[in-house]
Formats: sequence, structure tokens, C-alpha cells
Amino acid sequence: MSNASSAPSHATILPNGWEMVIGLEVHVELDTKTKLFSASPNHFGDEPNTNIDPVTLGLPGALPVINRRAVELAIRLGLALNCTVQASTFHRKNYFYQDLAKAYQITQYDQPINIDGYMMLPGDVRIGIERAHLEEDTGKSTHFGGTSGRIHGSDYSLVDFNRAGVPLVEIVSRPDIRNADQARQYVSELRSILLAVGASDAKMEEGSMRCDVNVSVRKADEPFGTRCEIKNVNSIRAVGKAIDYEARRQVDVLESGGTIRQETRHWDDAEGRTHTLRVKEDADDYRYFLEPDLVLLDPGAEWVESIRASLPMLPAARRARLSQLTGADKESEAVYVIVERGQDDYVQLVADAGGEPARALVYVQQAFSEAGANPVVPATDLAALTLLERDAKVTATQAKTILAEIVANGGGDAVAIAAAKGFEALDTSAVEAMVDAAIAAQPDAWAKYCAGEEKAMGALVGAIMKSSQGKADGKVVTALLQAKRAK
Amino acid sequence: MTSKFVSVVDIVGSIRAGKTTASDVLEQHLARIDSRETEIHAFNHIMAESARANAASIDADLKAGNDRGPLAGVPIALKDNMCTRGVPTTCSSKILQGWKPPYDATVVTRLQHAGAVIVGKTNLDEFAMGSSTENSAFGPTRNPLDTSRVPGGSSGGSAAAVAAGFAAASLGSDTGGSIRQPAALCGVVGVKPTYGMVSRQGLVAFASSLDQIGPFTHTVADAALLMEVIGGHDPLDSTSLDQPMPSLTAVLGQGVKGMRIGRLADMPDGCEPEVLARLDAAFAALKAAGATIVDIALPSLSYCLTAYYLVAPAEASSNLARYDGVRYGLRVESADLISMYGATRAAGFGAEVKRRIMLGTYALSAGYYDAYYGKALKVRRLIANDFAAAYQSCDVILTPTSPTVAFPIGEKTSDPLTMYLCDIFTIPTNLAGHAAMSVPFGTGAHSMPVGVQILAPALGEPTMFRVAAELERAS
Repeated sequence: MSNASSAPSHATILPNGWEMVIGLEVHVELDTKTKLFSASPNHFGDEPNTNIDPVTLGLPGALPVINRRAVELAIRLGLALNCTVQASTFHRKNYFYQDLAKAYQITQYDQPINIDGYMMLPGDVRIGIERAHLEEDTGKSTHFGGTSGRIHGSDYSLVDFNRAGVPLVEIVSRPDIRNADQARQYVSELRSILLAVGASDAKMEEGSMRCDVNVSVRKADEPFGTRCEIKNVNSIRAVGKAIDYEARRQVDVLESGGTIRQETRHWDDAEGRTHTLRVKEDADDYRYFLEPDLVLLDPGAEWVESIRASLPMLPAARRARLSQLTGADKESEAVYVIVERGQDDYVQLVADAGGEPARALVYVQQAFSEAGANPVVPATDLAALTLLERDAKVTATQAKTILAEIVANGGGDAVAIAAAKGFEALDTSAVEAMVDAAIAAQPDAWAKYCAGEEKAMGALVGAIMKSSQGKADGKVVTALLQAKRAK
Repeated sequence: MTSKFVSVVDIVGSIRAGKTTASDVLEQHLARIDSRETEIHAFNHIMAESARANAASIDADLKAGNDRGPLAGVPIALKDNMCTRGVPTTCSSKILQGWKPPYDATVVTRLQHAGAVIVGKTNLDEFAMGSSTENSAFGPTRNPLDTSRVPGGSSGGSAAAVAAGFAAASLGSDTGGSIRQPAALCGVVGVKPTYGMVSRQGLVAFASSLDQIGPFTHTVADAALLMEVIGGHDPLDSTSLDQPMPSLTAVLGQGVKGMRIGRLADMPDGCEPEVLARLDAAFAALKAAGATIVDIALPSLSYCLTAYYLVAPAEASSNLARYDGVRYGLRVESADLISMYGATRAAGFGAEVKRRIMLGTYALSAGYYDAYYGKALKVRRLIANDFAAAYQSCDVILTPTSPTVAFPIGEKTSDPLTMYLCDIFTIPTNLAGHAAMSVPFGTGAHSMPVGVQILAPALGEPTMFRVAAELERAS
């Protein structure tokens, strides 16, 4: 899922001036020890129906008591999303289902805890956040028999209430998203923020982060079209695919003279298509009303400000800092990846140890993809290697070899390793002679390259690297070839 | 007060003084249950065995010099909508058939810590919906003072248990008058505390924003003692008031000199003349004791009944939706989930419960919410404003508890609206979240008891109990 944070890839362009309008509703399980309204553990993967209690099961007479930590995490998230935190209320959303023990879900309705935030995406795209409200999760049903895996047509169903009452925050974006790439970036950035503030482990594969996607299409600058809500979108990749499919489906319907019904659609990842789950006319009437078992939830300015003061540096600020340190574009893949892995502090350490920041960024991106937030290699060792390469004491290729050895050993003296391996970078005049020799040996390749066929350069570079036994710096070779062609 | 039964205060005193034992007191009550329960049907479940064990343990502790609390050895009955661990809790409904709660209500825990001996679970209108205890799935309770008449409701079993001497005191729940009206009809004291003063944890909800637990007793002093035991903050109930329980037993002798007693300038129609005569006598008694009588108005009073019958059913429709046959209680097997829900609820709920679920569902539905539920909430604010204005000029308000004395069984069952009118004086207190209590004050038609209701603002219990004690002295 991490690749979605990288630069834009292949944003689908709709034909004939159609434009996508996308809003996301993301449900996130908060990383609390206990449930939103009771003391049962909030823990994924336990034996079914072990994390339960009278409140979770909706037993007669059991009353909800709000979990302070859940409120704190919701506020942390809200502040990280630039929301206004306000005194809030809970409502009951009433409907019958076997995994909804009380036959109502306690949720926030017209007075949510977080409102009016925003998130910035690459290219200074601002996505409004309408609200990020607290609610309880439902239990989980598993249906046996039948063919669809759904309750209709099944022989029997089993219900696990471990998930019932787990605290959720639902983050509702404004319909500000205009293509699938932005949607993927939004979900990816939201995930990074959730991890940064410690609100959730945000694992889409375990269901602790779930996306519903609202899609409509319109001609530019026209009013919004009728939207469809897509459920069962269980990965960032699927977010992009589902949006592109659904937008094209809607354009096809409209261009062939049809109209879009407001409906809920199901994303079938295997088939790569959406299909109707239910139309709006069948929608439940949830009979929302103020939950009388709870009182006004007013965190007070003092608590909110103390939470704000305790927030860590957020991903956007980290990317800006890393970009400034290394000179890399703040929207580059390297910057996104390093911040997402939480390795930007390490890059900073290498720089603080006298290392060359731009090379440090590249090394960390290459060598510590599995290393987690805290690579074990001492920052001073990496710093020494960046200087060897900067000062052309070793080539980039040699540096990579040294880096691999340092990483494998959990550290090492770059200078000593270079000496032991007999690494030294050839000076430019020696390389120039090899370049001339290669051109002479492969006149056809040289002619093609001069004619603008960039691929032809490969054969020349390969020959030069071979004759230098890897001691020529690839960047120097390329630069020399380009300079000679330019003449 | 001329009850033929011994008060809680006297039982506690006698046991502490060694004049009697918890076991002896219990046996006296069990003997009365033996002789009259078949006729009266106050209980859904009698807990003689556990009560005897409990009383014996209290006697042993007291003999060893251990304090067992302010209610040590007092036999107490619980309305059967309060959860008791391992003991059936039915709400007098078939839908909870076979269900035994895995926990005690907070009030039950507090009673047990105070040394009370629980003797049984009392009958009620199904899910506390009714004013006569005729809506019980297990048959009606009869008024011990005239068994052809109702005991009132919905806490009719709890009121009857005290009036018949089956228990020295009992607990009921009051959503629109369900403690005060049966107290009045059975000639005992009944208290509806300020909303949030007594924990609702473990009380099976009817209408959560209105429900409140309170005591039935023979005397005002007993009620004050019970309130001090069951009241006070409970972290398990988010609507529980976070403040210390005021002392009530200490204020009972303070009299009403200088107090201002509110009297409704416009008395609603429909009160029996004998009831109004007793109310006048109550005003006269308080005046004689040094209080002044002030005329007040509650202009929104006439809307309260309608508002209540939207708010309470709306909350009930949600609270009772959990009885779906999936996890506990009755299940009527059927072809699929939806038809199982329907069959279970059709068989499990009685007519009045179904009526209120439908009413409440309708009132909350899209397109009707503003016209019904939304408007009812506005009436709640209006009556609260009325009370606030009235309490500028008076300390408490006196009204009849019930427009009539206990009526014959069967008289009102065919006409729900007539039955609903029983609660006209009691409902405003619940809508406002205030305190109120009913005190027996002589008899009316058919020599049946008449109750006078004292209304007080939120947390006005100390003042309310002073007035109640004065009326008790004068009765």
C-alpha cells in the first residue's frame, strides 16, 4: 500500500470533458486498550466472543460510559487534520441486524467532535475534511452455506461480538477529490497521519481502516451529479481501481442517454467492477435521536490545547524538513518513502554527523527498506561513506557495494572497506580515454546515440564500465558521453 | 400515619438492640407472604431461600459485633426490572423468558452492602408500561387494601408488597409516575428522586431520559433512609449526578415554618372531589404549621401528557429493539432472520408494549420527527421553564398524586387514553428531571387511600422531605 504515496502515476482522464467528483468516508479503529463504552479489551484476532461484557452484548440494564483515551485519540486525529474540536453529543442510529447487539449504534450525528478540517495533497491540492466523529463498531457476522458468503441464501450465521463496541473514528472528506490518484494519496496520507499521532494501526487488511468511496461525474463547472457510494474497498490500490471503474461506468450510462440512480454499490476486487448493493429507496430510516444514556462530551479548551501541544511532528512537516535538508523535492518519491518509513530522523542524524544529506537520503532509501524507523548502522558510518562518494574517492557503484557491507555488518568504516576492496575512483582524464576507445570500438552505437536514440548509450556505458573494472563513475561516464554528443 | 406494620427504622433499631433478629423479622414477612401472596400476586419471584441465608449471616455478623450497615436485616422487595445476578429478571414480559442477569444493578449492590435482605422480585406492568399492573404477562397484582381494585402501576407489585407487609420497603422505578401513583393508591410513601440522583445501571430501560429508581416505604423517615443508601454518584451511569448525596434523615424534624407552598391556580378537570378535599386539608395542615400558600401556574401542564406519550415511547422503541431473539430470552424459530425477529417479538411482547413501540417508531421516523418527537422535546423545555418560573415564588408545589383513588380491576383496560390520564400530575416531574414524592394523606371514595404529591426542583429533596414529614405528622 505504500507505493500510493509516490508521485502521480496514471490518472484516468475521462472522455468528452467529464470530471470526477469524489468524497471519501474512512472508518478507523482507534488503538485503545478497551472499548468505546466498556472495559472489554479492544484486541484483534482473539477467540470469538471472548472480549465481551454486558455493555458490548447490549444486555438489559447495561449502560455505556465513554472511554477517555478514545476521546483523546479522536481529538489528536482531529487536530492533526486541522479540525475544530468542539463539545459534542451522541445519537442512536437504529436498525435491526444480528451483529448489532442493542439494535442501535451509538454514533455522533449533528454535533460531532471534530469539524471543518483539511488535508494538503501534492501540488498544493487542499481536500476539505467535513468531520471526524466518534462511533462504536458493530460485531462481525460470518455466513455459512449458500454460495455468496452473504446472509441471503446461507444456511446459518455465526456472530462474533469481539469487534462490537471497538472505538471508531469516521473521517468524512468534502467532495474535493478529482481523480483516483488524489484519492489514493488522500488515503495514504491519512494513514501516515494516523500512525504519526498514534491513533490507529491503520491496517486495511485487518479492517482497522476501511474506505467507502462516493463517486459522481459532471461536466466541468456544472453542478454535482448523482453520486454512488462504493463499499468493500479494502486496499489503497482498490480505491484507485474502484473509482476509475465507477466513473467510467457512470459516464457510459450518461453518454448513452441514461441517468445515474443514487445507490450503494459493492466493489468486487476479483472481477474489477462494482455492482448494485441497494438503491436509495430501500435505505433504512435510522430514526436518529439523542442518546439518553450519555451526556454532552465537552473536552474543554484546556485539555484540547494540552493535546495539541503533545502532537508529534506530522508527515507534511517532516517531508518539508527532509526536503529542505536534502534538496530533494518535497513531493518526490524518496521524501515520501523515507517519511512514511519514519527514517527521516535518521537521515538528519547522518547529516548532523557531517554526512552529505542528498547521498544519505539515497542510501537510506536503498539500504533500509526493511529496517524500520531506526536503522542499526551508526549514523557516523553512513556519513563517512557519503563523503567518500561526494569527494569522488569511490564511484556510486563502489559506494553501493560498501553500503551493502556496512548494512550487513550493522556498521563499518567506509574508508577501511574501500581500501580493503581496492576501490578508488578513476580520475576524469583516464575515464575520458576509455570513452574515446569505446566510441571507436562501437561506431554504430555511437551513431545511433548521436541520432537521439538514448537506449544506444547503454552499450557504450557497459563497455566503459567493463574496461574500468567498475572503477569509472557511471555519472561521469554519462556526462562525458552527453558532452561529446553535444559537440 | 397508622400503618399496622413495623417501619424500617424500627426494624433496624430492634435488631441492633438485640430485641429481635434479622431471621425473625424475615420469617414474619415470609409468613405474611404465605398467607396472602396467592390472593395479591405482588411477586414474580420469591427469594425465600437466599433471604433466609442472608438473614442468618447478618445475625451471625451482628452477634460477632460486626456492623452490617444501616439496613441490616431489613426485608426489601425489588421491582422485577432491576437486574439481580443469577436471579430471573423478567420485566413481567415473556420476551425475557429464562434470562438471568450476570450482574447486579447498582441499587441492588448498595442495598446488599447496607445489610438489606432481598425477599423477591415484584410484578409490574410489562416493561413498566402502565398505571395498574394489569399489563403484566403474568397476571395483575391486586391492591392489598381492596383486592377488587388495582394497586396502581407500573410498580404495583412493589407498592402492594409494602402495603401488604410482605417487605418492610421496596424499590420501584418511575418514568411518568410509576412509583408515586401506586404509592398513593396503596397508601404508602413513594419517592421519585431528581433525575441522576439514583443510578440506573442495571435498571432495564423503559425511557432512559425519564426513568428513575426510588423507594416505597411506610414512613417518610424510612424513605429518607433508603434514599441515602441507594442515592449518590455512580461512575457506571453517565447520567448520574456527580455530587454528594444530601442528608435527608437529618432534616425531617425541621418543620415548614416560613416555607412557601405552591398551589395550582387552575386545577385540571377529572379529579375526584374527595381527592381535592384531601389536598385542601394538606394545604391547611401546612399553613397551620407555619407555611404560606402561594398560587402558581404551569401553563404547559396540559401539553405534558401528549409530550410524554411521544418521548417515552420513542425511547422505548429503541430500548426494546434489542429483544430480538438472537442472544437471550425468548426465540420463536422461523425461516430466516427477519421472520424470526417478527415471530419472536409478536409472541414476546404484550399489547401495550407493542402499542408504544409502534407509537415511538412512528414519532422518530423521517418526515414525522419534527412534528412529533421534536415538538415533544420543545414541551419538555416549556414545562421546565414553567417550573423555573413557579419556583421563583414557592419552594415546593402540592398536587394530588392521582386524580382518583384505586379503581376496580378491568375498569380502564379497554381504553388506553383513560388509563394514560392517571399520570397527569406525575408526568411533568419526569419531563423536567425534578424530584417528587407521594405521601398518604387520609382516604377518599370507597375508603381507599389518597396520596398528596410534593413536587420540588432538581436536588430539592431536603425541602421536599421536610414537607413530607410535616404532612405525615398531620395525617
